[in-house]
Amino acid sequence: MPWKWRLLLISMFVAPVILLAGEAEAQKPTEDNSCVQCHQGLGDPRVTPPAEKFAQDIHMAKGILCHDCHGGDPTNFDPQQAMSRAKGFIGKPTHQTIPTLCGKCHSDAVYMKRFDPTLRVDQVQEYYTSVHGKLLKKGDQKVATCISCHDVHRIRAIKDQQAWTYPVKVVDTCGRCHGDPKYMAGYNIPTDIVAKYKQSVHYEALTKKGDLSAPTCNICHGNHGAAPPGVESVANVCGTCHSVPAELFAKSPHQKAFASMGLFPCVVCHSNHDVMKTNDGMVGTTEKAVCVNCHDPKSVGFKQAATMRNSLDGLRESITRATAVLDQAEHAGMEISQARFELRGAADALLKARVTIHLVDPAAIQKLTDEGDKIATATRAKGVKALEDLAFRHRGLWVSVGIILLVIVGLVLKIREMDRQRERERTGDPPE
Amino acid sequence: MVPPRLVHTLTTWLDERVNLEEIRQFVRHKVVPVHKHTVWYYFGGMTLFLFALQVCTGILLLLYYRPSAEEAYESVQFIVTEVQFGWLIRSIHSWSANLMIATLMIHLFSVYFTRAYRKPRELTWVTGMFLFGIALFFGFSGYLLPWNTLAYFATKVGTDVAGQVPLVGHLITRILRGGADVTGATLSRFYGIHVAVLPLLMTGILGLHLFLVQKQGMSVPIEVEHSGRPPKTMPFFPNFLLRDLVGWLSALAVLAALAAYFPWELGTKADPFAPAPAGIRPEWYFMYMFQTLKYLPAKIGPIDGEFIGVMAFNLGGLFLLLVPFLDRRTARGEKSPLFFWLGVGIVTYIVLLSVLGYVAPGGK
Amino acid sequence: MDTPANSRRGFVNLLLGSGFGAMMVSVLYPVVRYLLPPESGEPTIANVTLPWKPSEIRSNTGRIFKFGTQPGILVKTPAGELRAFSAVCTHLNCTVQYRDEKQDIWCACHNGVYDLNGKNVSGPPPRPLEPYKAFVKGDQIVVSKGA
Repeated sequence: MPWKWRLLLISMFVAPVILLAGEAEAQKPTEDNSCVQCHQGLGDPRVTPPAEKFAQDIHMAKGILCHDCHGGDPTNFDPQQAMSRAKGFIGKPTHQTIPTLCGKCHSDAVYMKRFDPTLRVDQVQEYYTSVHGKLLKKGDQKVATCISCHDVHRIRAIKDQQAWTYPVKVVDTCGRCHGDPKYMAGYNIPTDIVAKYKQSVHYEALTKKGDLSAPTCNICHGNHGAAPPGVESVANVCGTCHSVPAELFAKSPHQKAFASMGLFPCVVCHSNHDVMKTNDGMVGTTEKAVCVNCHDPKSVGFKQAATMRNSLDGLRESITRATAVLDQAEHAGMEISQARFELRGAADALLKARVTIHLVDPAAIQKLTDEGDKIATATRAKGVKALEDLAFRHRGLWVSVGIILLVIVGLVLKIREMDRQRERERTGDPPE
Repeated sequence: MVPPRLVHTLTTWLDERVNLEEIRQFVRHKVVPVHKHTVWYYFGGMTLFLFALQVCTGILLLLYYRPSAEEAYESVQFIVTEVQFGWLIRSIHSWSANLMIATLMIHLFSVYFTRAYRKPRELTWVTGMFLFGIALFFGFSGYLLPWNTLAYFATKVGTDVAGQVPLVGHLITRILRGGADVTGATLSRFYGIHVAVLPLLMTGILGLHLFLVQKQGMSVPIEVEHSGRPPKTMPFFPNFLLRDLVGWLSALAVLAALAAYFPWELGTKADPFAPAPAGIRPEWYFMYMFQTLKYLPAKIGPIDGEFIGVMAFNLGGLFLLLVPFLDRRTARGEKSPLFFWLGVGIVTYIVLLSVLGYVAPGGK
Repeated sequence: MDTPANSRRGFVNLLLGSGFGAMMVSVLYPVVRYLLPPESGEPTIANVTLPWKPSEIRSNTGRIFKFGTQPGILVKTPAGELRAFSAVCTHLNCTVQYRDEKQDIWCACHNGVYDLNGKNVSGPPPRPLEPYKAFVKGDQIVVSKGA
């Protein structure tokens, strides 16, 4: 056999061996690991799942294995030795000791730097400031600890879409307890919040629109230091994103009024968990309006609410009318993109007016709606002109069609004349 | 109008230099047979008129159109909004394209069913089939030029399907697209094909087709031919031509009305990175092929379903191209029920699949 | 001879003649108007000439202009450089604005902030603003797509 073929044959056998050896190398951690090997082999639902789940855990990927948390000796396959107290084996940690156990590494700045220097190391400290942490210290066995939110034995990185702490999944993670009335019996906090949040515009943004910046439980409540925001902090929490309404509110008469009555800003009108899409109906004196929850019909506030609602309604209708005309023109094939662009200005004015409601200043709102109205009226005029152009085209068409019909009539008459003439020529009759 | 004296002076001047007598004789003696199927004779001329209209409106359009991915859409928008009567020229061009292919198909099938393709008109039929292919290619290439979403994706799908041809399919797709994907390069190519290559081809083959028709005269149905009596006729000039004109002017009126009441839409500018919108469809004259491909299963045995579909269409086209040579019975002057029913089958198939393409709920 | 037939023939000829003439006018009139170039001259495509002179734009200011069907924002940095971006916020499509006190581009809807390179630096926006090319041509500012 020529040497080229011999070389090929040999490499066909050697290559797989090298590849497999490489694989074996990667599997080494758990192959010689007595914890994983025994627990996996037992097939007992009480002790096997951790070993099976662990393959997907981020700690395993970093080389941190069972004994790093639970102690013991993974090199020894004798259960007495592997799980000996003398070798540091702690078994299943108690509920109370979990934060300390995780904190052994996660609060150690020097240790964590080895893996990612930007990672925070104050989570356990923060945790003990939270309601969960405080209750845990008092001996509560049901309250959340690290593993309640981060899972255990299959902990994933936060960026992993399957992690319990991935933004989209946070509400279900918190909801495992906070949405379960039976579990939460005795704690005296509402358990309808999960259902409420899932109706909200924030949840819709998160799940349907894929907007990962939308707030979920931990954004407003904190994650490790989870606690409900107090009266003074709610506006700051909401105001992190909704900065303009928050600033305007702070300048409005409502700021002082709410503070003196111990009312939560933002929440009073917009709710906290079931924050719904706003609409103009929330302003004013009609049944669904929020203003009438406080202001009685004789008050100044009542009248101002009605005025503001009128301003908004007026501009909204103006925009609707303009849009209708533009739509009509566009549908008929006229080009009105410039007018549409300009109408955006009116929509922007409406947006500004709506946000300015938080200032509760009817004059300021009227100024904005007047600006918007001017734009909407001008745009509508452009749409009307486009429709007039269209009517001109239609008129022009009928004139042209009329002319063509005239010619066709003439042709038909001519044809008849020609045919008659031919008949006469054929039959030899004298010409007419 | 034009004074007869002037016409006389001009024709005499030409006559002294280029003998016009032959033309005059031909014109005087050209006749059109009159029988119950005479009405079908109008469709060839109608197609020609609509093609001439396409050339005129097309030339007007290319004075403002810009064939690059960055400018095409906006230039069409410019024509339709800023240029005086641009909307009219553009809509007539788009509608007339469809009307032309419709009259072409009527012309094709009326010739088929009257079996006018038999000797001595086999070449006329063959050139006609090539003209049909050119017309379809005109439609396909022109459709991309406004560079809107529908056109972009229709071209993507269409050039993909072209790639199914065995052996050379991949090459064909690359040549058509000017690259691996549909891009500005594709647009440039399609533009060149639409305004230069195809008009050149069309002129040549159409010239041959028309020459043959003039030389051989109009075919008459076999029953009339075999009746023994010479068929009734009418002079082409002016009797038949005047009737032709009535048809052409009616078509013009219809097109103007369509332009005013159902203007051709601009669509949205093509975005190669956006996902294909739901419900992309080709123009109606490709719909039956598109719908067929949707119905074929992904694989039939070891072969791709799409491949089988494309091959079937190619074979269908080939069959039609060669029908004068395949239809032995007609060649012998006999009735040819097989080919009649094959024709009926083809028409039914086209109509059925086209209708399904529009009414059937979403594809696979 | 002025027979009824002759006068009928005359009428038909007149009808045909004048009808045909009118038709020619109604065909040629649009064609001639079409051939006469319109006011705007050319389609404003990937290129937009702004209605302001370069000298009118002060440093550390920004203004909105129309680019196609969408708003764009023209910025003159504190250092005096002209830049242009799409003014459509990448979060939920509100129109952004220039903030001279912070020297950044801000979206009022949810407090999104972009730096003067269009990069999203804080708040919800997931992507930078689409950059445009802005340059001075004589006494005009021209903005075109694609930096």
